[in-house]
Amino acid sequence: MHPAIQGLLTIVIGVGACIGYFYFSNIILDKVIFPARGAHAGRNINRANLVRPWLFLMPGLMALGLYLAYPVFETLRLSLTDRDLGGAFVGLENYRKMSDDPKFWEAMRNNAFWLLVVPAMSTAFGLLVAQLTDRIRWGALAKSLIFMPMAISFVGAAVIWKLVYDARPLGTEQIGILNAIYLGLGGESPQTWLTIPFWNNFFLMIVLIWIQTGFAMVILSAALRGVPEETIEAAIVDGANPFQIFFKIKVPQIMGTIVVVWTTITIVVLKVFDIVFAMTNGQWETQVLANYMYDKLFRSNDWGVGSAAAMVIMLLVTPILVWNVYNARKEMK
Amino acid sequence: MDNIAGKKPALIWVTHLSVLLLVLLWLFPTVGLFVSSFRSADQIASSGWWKALFPQVQNTMIRTAAPATQQMIDGNYVIEGNLFAEDGSKPGTISVWGTSSRAIDAYQAGETADMGEDGRLTVEENGDYRLVNGTEFSGSRGERVFLTAKTPPSFSFDNYRTVLFAGQATDKMGKAFINTFTVTIPATVIPILIAAFAAYALAWMDFRGRAFLIAVIVGLLVVPLQLALIPLLSFHGSVVEWFVALAGTPMEGNARRFAEVGALGRMFGFEPGDTINSKGYLGVWAAHTGFGLPLAIYLLRNYMVGLPKDIIENARVDGATDFQIFTKIILPLSFPALASFAIFQFLWTWNDLLVALVFLIDSSGDTTVMTRQIVELLGTRGGNWEILATAAFVSIAVPLTVFFFMQKYLVRGLLAGSVK
Repeated sequence: MHPAIQGLLTIVIGVGACIGYFYFSNIILDKVIFPARGAHAGRNINRANLVRPWLFLMPGLMALGLYLAYPVFETLRLSLTDRDLGGAFVGLENYRKMSDDPKFWEAMRNNAFWLLVVPAMSTAFGLLVAQLTDRIRWGALAKSLIFMPMAISFVGAAVIWKLVYDARPLGTEQIGILNAIYLGLGGESPQTWLTIPFWNNFFLMIVLIWIQTGFAMVILSAALRGVPEETIEAAIVDGANPFQIFFKIKVPQIMGTIVVVWTTITIVVLKVFDIVFAMTNGQWETQVLANYMYDKLFRSNDWGVGSAAAMVIMLLVTPILVWNVYNARKEMK
Repeated sequence: MDNIAGKKPALIWVTHLSVLLLVLLWLFPTVGLFVSSFRSADQIASSGWWKALFPQVQNTMIRTAAPATQQMIDGNYVIEGNLFAEDGSKPGTISVWGTSSRAIDAYQAGETADMGEDGRLTVEENGDYRLVNGTEFSGSRGERVFLTAKTPPSFSFDNYRTVLFAGQATDKMGKAFINTFTVTIPATVIPILIAAFAAYALAWMDFRGRAFLIAVIVGLLVVPLQLALIPLLSFHGSVVEWFVALAGTPMEGNARRFAEVGALGRMFGFEPGDTINSKGYLGVWAAHTGFGLPLAIYLLRNYMVGLPKDIIENARVDGATDFQIFTKIILPLSFPALASFAIFQFLWTWNDLLVALVFLIDSSGDTTVMTRQIVELLGTRGGNWEILATAAFVSIAVPLTVFFFMQKYLVRGLLAGSVK
């Protein structure tokens, strides 16, 4: 069967099954189990209303439980067992093995740099663009162009930037614009930017900053619009200059949103995989945690260490997870 | 704000200029790839894409026609023709030329070079040449001419034809394009439906544990899907094994292969000896559904909570059931939120590499998706920029179209989706 037809069939069956489930389970609940008639009509209606939310929630909760909640615990279990020993419990052996691996520490170091640089730069650029475009007539167009990389896949972005970083031997025409500029400014020989240890990490980070700035800009731009006009007018009356208005009046008022943007990009950074996978695959000291984990799981087939690496990512995400849940609960009250 | 800025024209100019600079900086890399996808391999290798829009000065070597074509005119042996036509390249304008690689700029266009016993060669600006000699030309190949010529910019769709329709086994882009659609559409539609019901329950139905469930979903929003890879791959494997055991008898030593096929198995068209792969579309659809649900439920619930309470309560008073309220009132009103999530999920599944690598692409490579193909091209043909650029652009084109037409919903979704 052609996959496209199979896909279409799945949509029909999947959607049909979903609608059927919701429709018929409701009918069964109302007409068969707790019919709203006879001696216990009132009691039955109440009971049906107690059960109904769970009918609505069940498919979603099952999918979430199976595909997100269960794997967290299963990965924790796998990280404490050894697959070659038939899944025997080995305690922290996998974590010890991982901490002896210099590649792991390289990934940790690089991830730390990613975490420092990417959220900061994306947020800063996003804020800058949001503020600047707010005042000009073609601001909407400018924003939409800077936002555009959001739609481009990490893999597509990797290709785009590989062309920027491309290097040709000295004496031939450079086709990578970075080397063309570098030589134009008096550089001696073309650089293969992605193979210069340590600094190549930053050339990879630029790709993610390029993508995420649009996201930061959109959210911060909305927040800037929400800053009460009176506070700005008051500052103008007091003789504040535009820079003071921006840094002393606007930024403090949107601090909450800046934190949200920052943490959201932090999560993206912790999961960054495709860019490194496609551009250097962790060579030349550019390994990051997610790629390290993929390497261990699917290249070395070492489920123990791979799961341990995944748990490290989970551990790094946890503070943000707790913070988000805390804020969401506060907001609901 | 405008009035203060208006008092400082210098500042306005600085603003305009810096925005322009930023936009160009952001646009440049993509434009580079876009322009490159319309250039031939030679063009890409011989000059940067930023020069493609202007006429280019290039040095090339072209041979005149072979001595076999010589004619006898007025007592001299003559070979005539046009250099660009001999080479089959695009016509250009010759400025200087030479007959030796050591002096490629020895003559101006229109001048005649005296090559002694090899004859006299005249090359015109438009590439027309005339090689004249008193004695007969010998040898099998023509005279070498080194040109410095200016060629006008030229672009073509050849790369797109190669990538999409050439059908080479190594560049399965056309197939990957269809496969990517096959992954994305069910993976976008199914979670929306499941999430909409759950979001309604969390927004408008009262039950114990509601607040807790919302908190759990907010938490699951940030759980890295990396954690799910191995557990789910094993889970998909056991589902396959369970199905084989249910629909027939598994082969000894391979629980995913049929030894015999029962009635249920025959209904699905299996035959003895068939193996069911644990990787495939079903698995990737399920995985994308699971991974997309937290955001879907979160976005839709936030939107539904904001719908006017009166409408829903009036409907309840009029005797509508929750199911009717949901399908007749909530779902139509929630269209903007549904659209927002649909765009997110579409972009995310279209652009995804990791989930497809783990749950979909098997060793046969029949189910490959575009992101995977591009990574493959990057590895094996890192130098073939014309193929790479075109392949990347084909995969980027669809999300970009969605992006430009539905930007409004995307922005709205982003604003609602970031946990405040």
